[in-house]
Amino acid sequence: MKLFGIVWANLFRKRTRTVLTLLSLAVAFLLFVLLRAIAGSFTQGVSLAGTDRLNVSPKYSITDDLPLSQKQQILAVDGVEAVTQQNWFGGQYQNPQNFFAKYPVEPGEYFEMYDEYVIEPAVLAAFAGKRTATVVDASLVEKYGWRVGDIIPIEADIWPKSDGSRGWEFELVGTFRQGDNPLPLMLFQYQYFTESVADNRRDRVGWWTVRLSDADRAEQVAIAIDKLYENSLNPTRTTTEDEFSRQFASQLGDIGFITTIIMSAVFFTIVLLTGNTMTQALRERIPELAVLKTLGFTDITVSLLVLTESVLLCIVGGVMGVLLSTVAVAAVGPVLQGFLGSFSITLPTVLLALAMALLLGLVVGSVPAISAKRLTIVDALRER
Amino acid sequence: MAQLVECREVSKQYTRGKETLDVLSGINLSIEKGDFLALMGPSGSGKTTLLNLIGGLDHPSSGDIINGGANLNDLSGRALAKWRSENIGFVFQFYNLLPVLTAQRNVELPLLLTRLSRTQRQKNAATALEIVGLTDRARHRPGELSGGQQQRVAIARALVADPELLVCDEPTGDLDRDTADQILNLLELLNRDHGKTIIIVTHDPKAADHAKHVLYMDKGELLATTT
Ligand SMILES: Nc1ncnc2c1ncn2[C@@H]1O[C@H](COP(=O)(O)OP(=O)(O)OP(=O)(O)O)[C@@H](O)[C@H]1O
Ligand SMILES: [Mg+2]
Repeated sequence: MKLFGIVWANLFRKRTRTVLTLLSLAVAFLLFVLLRAIAGSFTQGVSLAGTDRLNVSPKYSITDDLPLSQKQQILAVDGVEAVTQQNWFGGQYQNPQNFFAKYPVEPGEYFEMYDEYVIEPAVLAAFAGKRTATVVDASLVEKYGWRVGDIIPIEADIWPKSDGSRGWEFELVGTFRQGDNPLPLMLFQYQYFTESVADNRRDRVGWWTVRLSDADRAEQVAIAIDKLYENSLNPTRTTTEDEFSRQFASQLGDIGFITTIIMSAVFFTIVLLTGNTMTQALRERIPELAVLKTLGFTDITVSLLVLTESVLLCIVGGVMGVLLSTVAVAAVGPVLQGFLGSFSITLPTVLLALAMALLLGLVVGSVPAISAKRLTIVDALRER
Repeated sequence: MAQLVECREVSKQYTRGKETLDVLSGINLSIEKGDFLALMGPSGSGKTTLLNLIGGLDHPSSGDIINGGANLNDLSGRALAKWRSENIGFVFQFYNLLPVLTAQRNVELPLLLTRLSRTQRQKNAATALEIVGLTDRARHRPGELSGGQQQRVAIARALVADPELLVCDEPTGDLDRDTADQILNLLELLNRDHGKTIIIVTHDPKAADHAKHVLYMDKGELLATTT
C-alpha cells in the first residue's frame, strides 16, 4: 500500500511519546501473556484429576497394604460403580536413574476406570491375553527406544519372586496415552504379579480406586467405605480426588479472577494512555489532514490513515510484549517449572494477545478517525 | 483566449448562531486560460472564501461556478476530491507540508492518488522540484528548510500533477521582501513558460507587478479591474 509509508512516518513524529506509549503497551501485553501462562499451568494439573473417583488406601501408612477380599465388599457399597486395584511395585530398570512408576493392574478394569486414557483395543486385548505382558505410557517408549516385542527386565526391591530371585521380565505389547501431562507409567498384569510373589504376600493390594455412580455423593460413599473397615485388621482412609481438585479449582477461580481484575485495570489505563496519544496526535495534525483532503484524498482515506496509525501502534506494542514475554519465559521458565509444572506460552495466547492489540487499536483509533473524517477543509485551514 | 473559470451570481453566507453573515454577494467573474490574476482587498473581504469556492473546497450558497468545463455544484464528496486532484494546485500561506516526510515525498503526495508507477512518481516529483530550483534539497524535511524553500516545495507539490489552475492564498504572506519576490518570480515563470493559470490572493501591492490582472474586493463584492 502506497500510503503505508505516511502512516509509519507519522507514528514516529514525536519519537519520545511514541516510544513511551509503545513501552507501556509492551509491558501490558507482557503481563497479559505471563498471567495467561501462569493460569494455564494451573489448569493443566486440574484437568488430570478425576472428579468422580475415590482413592481407598491403608489408613495409617501407604507402605501398608490391603487384602484382595475387600474388592467385592467395596463393590457392594451403595453408590460404588466399579473398583480396581493398584500396587506400588518399586523396582528399577537397568539403573536407579531410570525412574518410572510400575503398577500391577487388572487390564480391563484399569482402563475402564481411567477411561480418559487412550489405548487401542488390540493393544488392550494383547495386554489382557498374555500373563507377562506390559503396556507403557508412550513417552517411555520414546525415552528408552523400546519396541513392541522387547523384553523389559525389572530388578525388584520390594517384591522379590517366591523363589527369592529379583529379576522380573515383561514383554512389551504396546502403549497408551494419558493426555496432556502424562506420568511415566508401566503397567503389567496383577495376576502374574500376585502368583509370582511369596505365598504370604499374595492377594495384597496397594490401594483401591473406586468409581462413583454419582459424583455428588462422594462424601457419603467415602464415609461408608471407611466405616466398613473401621474395626478390622485393615482400616482404610478414603479420600475424594474431587476434594483435592475442588480445593484446587477454587484457588484457580481466584487466580482467574485476580488475572481478570489486573488485566482490566491494565487495559483501562492503556486505553486512556493510547487514546490520549492518538487524540494529541490528531490535534497537531488537523492542518495537515486538511491539506491531504485539499489534494484530493477522500474523507474515508484520511480517516483510515488515522485508524491505521492507531492499529499499527497497538500491534507493534503487542508484538513487543509477546517477544518480551518469550524472553522472560525462557529466562525464568526453568525456575518456575518446579512450582508450576509446565510453564509455557501457547499459540492461542499469542493469537489472543494480537487480536486484543488489534481490537485496542480499533477502539482507541475510532474517535480520532471519526473526527478526521468529519473535518471540513475550509474550517480546518482557518484554524491556524 | 478560452475561458477557464466562470462565476455566476455566486453568494456565500455563514450562519453564526442566529446571525447570518453575507461573505460573498453576487460575484460575477470570468478567468481566461493562461491568466495570472491577483485578488486584493482588506482583511475579511471574502478573498479566501472566493478562492476556496473556485478551488472546489467548498460550495457556494447560491450561484454557479464553472471550472474547466465542470459545474462544481454537480460534484461532491469523492467526485469533487478527484476533480480537485486532477485540476487544481493549492498553495497556502503556511506551506502546510507534512513535517515527517522529505521534500521529495511531500511533492510526491498528490501522485499517490494516480496510477503512476513508483519510479514515474519519483521522476515527476524530481522534475517539479527542479522547476522550483530545489533539487539539492529533495532529501530534507520541512523543518530543515527556510520559509521560502518550504513555500517552493509547496509550489512543486501544487505543480506535480500538472493541473490547469494554481490557486494561491497569500503565498508570500509569511516571507520577507526578497524571498517573496523570488516566489512571485517563480509564479510568473510558471504562468509564462508553463502556461499555468494562476489566481493569487495577496496583500502585497508589488504582486500586482507580476500579475496580468488585479481584482479588488471589498465586503464580499468585486470592485474594479486593472490590467
Ligand atoms: N467558516 C466560517 N464560519 C463563519 N464565518 C466565516 C467562515 N469563513 C469565513 N468567515 C467570515 O467570512 C468573512 C470573510 O472571510 P475570508 O477568510 O474570506 O476573508 P479574507 O478576505 O480572506 O481575509 P484575510 O485577508 O484576513 O485572509 C470574514 O468575516 C470571516 O470571519
Ligand atoms: Mg484570507
